[in-house]
Amino acid sequence: MHEYSLVEALVTRVEAEARKRGALAVHRLSVRVGELSGVDPELFQTAYETFRAGTLCADVPLTLTRVAASWSCPRCKTPIARGAILRCPACDAPGKLDDGSDALTLDRIEMEVP
Amino acid sequence: MCTTCGCGDTELVPVELHEKILAGNDRAARHNREHFLESGVLALNLMGSPGAGKTAVLEATAKAAASKGWKLGAVSADLATDNDARRLQKAGIPSKAITTGQACHLDAELVHRSLHDFPWQQTDVFFIENVGNLVCPAIYDLGQAANVVVLSVTEGEDKPLKYPVMFNAADLVLLTKCDLVPHLDVELAKVHDALARVMPRPRVIEVSARSGQGMDAWVAWLEELRDGIGLGAAAHAHSHAHEHSHDHAHGAEHHAHVHSHAHAHDGGHAHDGADHHGHSHAGGGKHDHEH
Ligand SMILES: Nc1nc2c(ncn2[C@@H]2O[C@H](COP(=O)(O)OP(=O)(O)OP(=O)(O)O)[C@@H](O)[C@H]2O)c(=O)[nH]1
Ligand SMILES: [Mg+2]
Ligand SMILES: [Zn+2]
Ligand SMILES: [Zn+2]
Repeated sequence: MHEYSLVEALVTRVEAEARKRGALAVHRLSVRVGELSGVDPELFQTAYETFRAGTLCADVPLTLTRVAASWSCPRCKTPIARGAILRCPACDAPGKLDDGSDALTLDRIEMEVP
Repeated sequence: MCTTCGCGDTELVPVELHEKILAGNDRAARHNREHFLESGVLALNLMGSPGAGKTAVLEATAKAAASKGWKLGAVSADLATDNDARRLQKAGIPSKAITTGQACHLDAELVHRSLHDFPWQQTDVFFIENVGNLVCPAIYDLGQAANVVVLSVTEGEDKPLKYPVMFNAADLVLLTKCDLVPHLDVELAKVHDALARVMPRPRVIEVSARSGQGMDAWVAWLEELRDGIGLGAAAHAHSHAHEHSHDHAHGAEHHAHVHSHAHAHDGGHAHDGADHHGHSHAGGGKHDHEH
């Protein structure tokens, strides 16, 4: 369960940004979870709710956006069907994972600044 | 202060970051990678289920690679014991345990710390045996040149489909315990098929730590990898490492291209690898299966 260490990194990052901007409060976090990021969104949410106590994020809601994994041909852009062999059905080139499919990204922090 | 009327109200601002949560680990991994490259060390991140046979493959590697004259070294992640490090030591591979306690994976910082009191600079090939776990370790770049996933034939043909993140991160899959195939109801073709659905360029070598099957192909793979990144005897003068952004969760994926393009870099093509039809990441293995 590496979700806890990821949440720790997230909260640390948010606290640093808030300090940098002299924020009075943080109102919301938005995180994007790719299907192949190796992160279970439910576990991540639970880990966050446990970990945030006593931090700047204690009452801050976390919005998770899931991104489905998809593959396509880097050459001719033909999409590769889910579960198929990862080669382009049109030109046989090895497939490429589309952006966001494997990413775990802190997109946005809404904060209150003076 | 509210800029419109100066009333003293605070403002709610959305700060757009679009930043990887693992950015800190990736930075530490980059640092490790620089160490390894500067010292001419080929570092491999060995992953797989508990009991897949990671340590056994390394024990067998000591024997299979003996004629190469490489200095091997290893750090081995172990939740509680140092059994694996002791086994490797006995097999002739200087080794050290990284006791991870609760952690279910290694991260770049843990690896960095483990380097401090281990003579890793003197090694030619340095193995990092990760925690036995098919989930967590896959997303932590350690600074390795390549990810090797050890999958045993006893684990079920659909393992790759169940753990796509791990296999997607793999540069090479060592399909091990092949000596057991005659005793099992397993069809290797099904394993290869499953891998081709989670890896765009599946590289698989069938091995057995017990019988030694495939170990030569694995050693040849390592040798080609060393050559490709400029560490081997037949080193190419140039490396393309600088052309690859390492700001990516799976640094190793990109690193694999460092070697694969060493001899095919002629026409300013994008490094997505697509132009290289069936090009291999490190080549050499006769047990490879390109789909
Ligand atoms: N028949 C056979 N057994 C093997 C082979 N490789 C490993 N084993 C057995 O599988 C078991 C686990 O092997 P290890 O090398 O300890 O596996 P591991 O992946 O390092 O295990 P952890 O580090 O604990 O996750 C041992 O009992 C080995 O003897 C093989 O090639 N053939
Ligand atoms: Mg082991
Ligand atoms: Zn983990
Ligand atoms: Zn195509």
